[in-house]
Amino acid sequence: MSKLPNASHSSLIERWHMLTGSRLFWAIVMIAGLAFCMAASTYEFLDLYLQLILIYVGINIILTVSLNLINGYMGEFSVGHAGFMAVGAYVASLLTVHVFPPGAQNLLFPLAILAGGIGAALVGFLVAIPSFKTRGDYLAIVTLAFCMIVKSVLENIDAVGGPRGLLGMEKLTTLPWVFFWTALSVWVIRNLVYSNFGRGVLSIREDEIASDLMSVNTRQVKIIAFVVSSFFAGIAGGLFAHALQFINPRMFDILKSTDILIMVYLGGIASIAGSIIGAVIYTILLEVLRPLGVWRMVLMPLMLVLLMIYRPRGIMGLKEIRLFMPLRDLVTEKLWRQKKKEAPDASA
Amino acid sequence: MVYIFQQSLNALQLGSIYALIALGYTMVYGILTMINFAHGDLFMVGAFFCFLIAVYLHLSFVPTLLLSMLGVAFLGIVIERLAYKPLRNAPRVSAIITALGVGLFLENFTLALSPYPKHIPQLLENITWTIGSFSISSLQILIIVLSLVLMLILDFIVQKTKAGMAMRAISWDKTIVPLMGVSVNKIISLTFAIGTGLGGAAGVMYGLAYPVIDPYMGIMVGWKAFICAVVGGIGNIRGAMIGGFILGGVEILVAAFLPSTYRDVVAFTLLLVLLIVRPYGILGKPQPQKV
Amino acid sequence: MPLLEIQKLTHRFAGLCAVSDFNFAIEPQELVGIIGPNGAGKTTVFNLITGVYRASEGSIKLDDQELVGLTPHAITKRGIARTFQNIRLFKELSVLDNVRIAHYGQIAYTPTEALLHIGRFRAEEKRITNQALDLLSIFKLDEMASEKAKNLPYGLQRRLEIARALATKPRLLLLDEPAAGMNPNEIIQLMEFIGWIRKTFSVTIILIEHQMRLVMGICERLVVLDFGATIAQGLCSEIQNNPKVLEAYLGVEVAQ
Repeated sequence: MSKLPNASHSSLIERWHMLTGSRLFWAIVMIAGLAFCMAASTYEFLDLYLQLILIYVGINIILTVSLNLINGYMGEFSVGHAGFMAVGAYVASLLTVHVFPPGAQNLLFPLAILAGGIGAALVGFLVAIPSFKTRGDYLAIVTLAFCMIVKSVLENIDAVGGPRGLLGMEKLTTLPWVFFWTALSVWVIRNLVYSNFGRGVLSIREDEIASDLMSVNTRQVKIIAFVVSSFFAGIAGGLFAHALQFINPRMFDILKSTDILIMVYLGGIASIAGSIIGAVIYTILLEVLRPLGVWRMVLMPLMLVLLMIYRPRGIMGLKEIRLFMPLRDLVTEKLWRQKKKEAPDASA
Repeated sequence: MVYIFQQSLNALQLGSIYALIALGYTMVYGILTMINFAHGDLFMVGAFFCFLIAVYLHLSFVPTLLLSMLGVAFLGIVIERLAYKPLRNAPRVSAIITALGVGLFLENFTLALSPYPKHIPQLLENITWTIGSFSISSLQILIIVLSLVLMLILDFIVQKTKAGMAMRAISWDKTIVPLMGVSVNKIISLTFAIGTGLGGAAGVMYGLAYPVIDPYMGIMVGWKAFICAVVGGIGNIRGAMIGGFILGGVEILVAAFLPSTYRDVVAFTLLLVLLIVRPYGILGKPQPQKV
Repeated sequence: MPLLEIQKLTHRFAGLCAVSDFNFAIEPQELVGIIGPNGAGKTTVFNLITGVYRASEGSIKLDDQELVGLTPHAITKRGIARTFQNIRLFKELSVLDNVRIAHYGQIAYTPTEALLHIGRFRAEEKRITNQALDLLSIFKLDEMASEKAKNLPYGLQRRLEIARALATKPRLLLLDEPAAGMNPNEIIQLMEFIGWIRKTFSVTIILIEHQMRLVMGICERLVVLDFGATIAQGLCSEIQNNPKVLEAYLGVEVAQ
């Protein structure tokens, strides 16, 4: 890992950035977090209710960060995210309920979740294709129709329970699993954003034609974005199904997509920190307001409207916290400037 | 043969209602390039106003219809002033999310006040005429005719009046119009009033045709009408009408020949195919990209 | 052999013929200008060459390889880059990112490697960042590498656009009205700048421009378009006095 040449000049903040840029640091933090979650779930020193909330927060984070890739970074307006979630939920559930041998469910759970993600990714690939030619509101319709079609198809297939839904899932979703998958999603999507494909996604949002002309293979980028986004939505779906232990098509309709949209725009478009904040605030707020009963869902949208009026870009719109930005970029630039100062005449 | 005729009538009825709602979407989009996702819920509010007026004020059909339309139109203007006007210069998605928020608010507010579905009393005597195996009801005729009349009035307003001309001008260039002495705010309010008023009328008619109403009835209808507006070419008034009738037709036809649970899937798939073949809608034109 | 060879290029939109029977060839290292009144079809020719539009008829060959039918990014990879009449930078992105994006076609890692930041990813990213910074430094833009493109003054934005185009390592550079909005002093600087680009990057340049001083000052040859058709071709001195050209720009009476 590259080190800054003159560490003696580093201020405390610089040391902090160096630390948080190191892979080792994060590996330790993640393992510690995972261990904590495993302990909390096995020894139940965290209230069960609290654990459930954290599980839903995690699932919502995955949903929000993955949708932000399409809606925030790529600048589209996809309203079909619940459809991908549904595919993941159903695929994972069918595997654990009907295919896996009863004793091995715990062991094979990650495979079920992965399968759900892959199923959703395949469908995401299909949705990417119309995005080559259509944009904006017309693509919104395509994603809307897709979401409704998925729901209707599921309602019509009796083998998966039709309108009554699927039940019998074991409560396989535990806090450590959610921690793992949430951390993985955030990491992978952040990796994508800070790579050339991520820059490609941003350039499509800014100016698709110019992007194409600057050698960006826009079709490839769109496919990658939709596939990755839907993959993680599918993962979230699988986790969701095994937390609730029961799913039906109506849980994944346009209202669910709307929920996810709200979290994305609340937290701020094109910002990973924003998505996390949006998901956390929305989930927790909904829980905190539960005593209000029906009025909860009257107050919530009102607050959302007020937020949009006073902060239209969301809480962290287009801004990102340093924590998520790869240190590598900044180090490379610093080293380059160093070299330039030392040898100002050297040119390409 | 008769069956097809019968279903065509049903399709016209449903299509009229969709068309009226789609018109509201398209009018607002044409002027503000904004998708008012609360529109479907205003349709629902129209039906509830109809209920309230019929049950508590005991008025007959015509005053109920007019009062409901006015009520919804007024609500539309209020929403526009309070929630949408501040966002006129904000990124489009913020306005859309606000609209979603307003919609959610309307749904849940109505739900909080009225937890159980309501039944609209019969305001009109519904006479059914039967010719052989073919039957037609006065309610059906009323809905179809009334919708057409409203659409014609709208067309007249937009094409032949000064206000309509201002509306069309604003849809082309918002910044120049005030320089010509036209109050943009007034025209926008008028557009909202008309668009939502039409939605309210659709709500009343829907309530009469299918008398049990609930606060979530606007969601599906709203999104479907939005699709109609886009299929017709969003921003295009005639397109919205055509889109509405197409969806109505497709839904009824599918329900007539296939199990009713297939209705939505087939309808949406067909619309999707239509959009893929004609990506800008039937009467829509692609925005020419200047490179 | 000509670097770029265009034969019988015709393009129609909705009944209008934007470009008709356009024939053109340019040798490596040449600097040719395309001029003509507004709406003559000059930018359309650029759009056809770069694949934004697909030609209705005709052929465009780079090094004897057909370009018609290829996607814009494939054409860019073959070695053609351009700038735009109205600047089309990625406004919300940093100056550095604007240039890094243009390296998309040259990047050697796979999506999987990008998703997990493994394998060739880190080395490639470092290479690209260094290359981008080197390029920016040549254009004296490296000091504002982290600045958002939209915050740059107009002149620097134009410069950045050219730098971005050159990041794709083109052999042919298409400049669309680079002098738009410039005063006479700036135009002189631009002339030197373009000359310097030619030398430093060994590119062949086709230039669309209205500013005659710039055109006459640096172009070796000119092609004149009007209403989509070529009305004159040749050396600058020949074009200056060509009656058809005068007529197109100034009207029949002045030409007479």
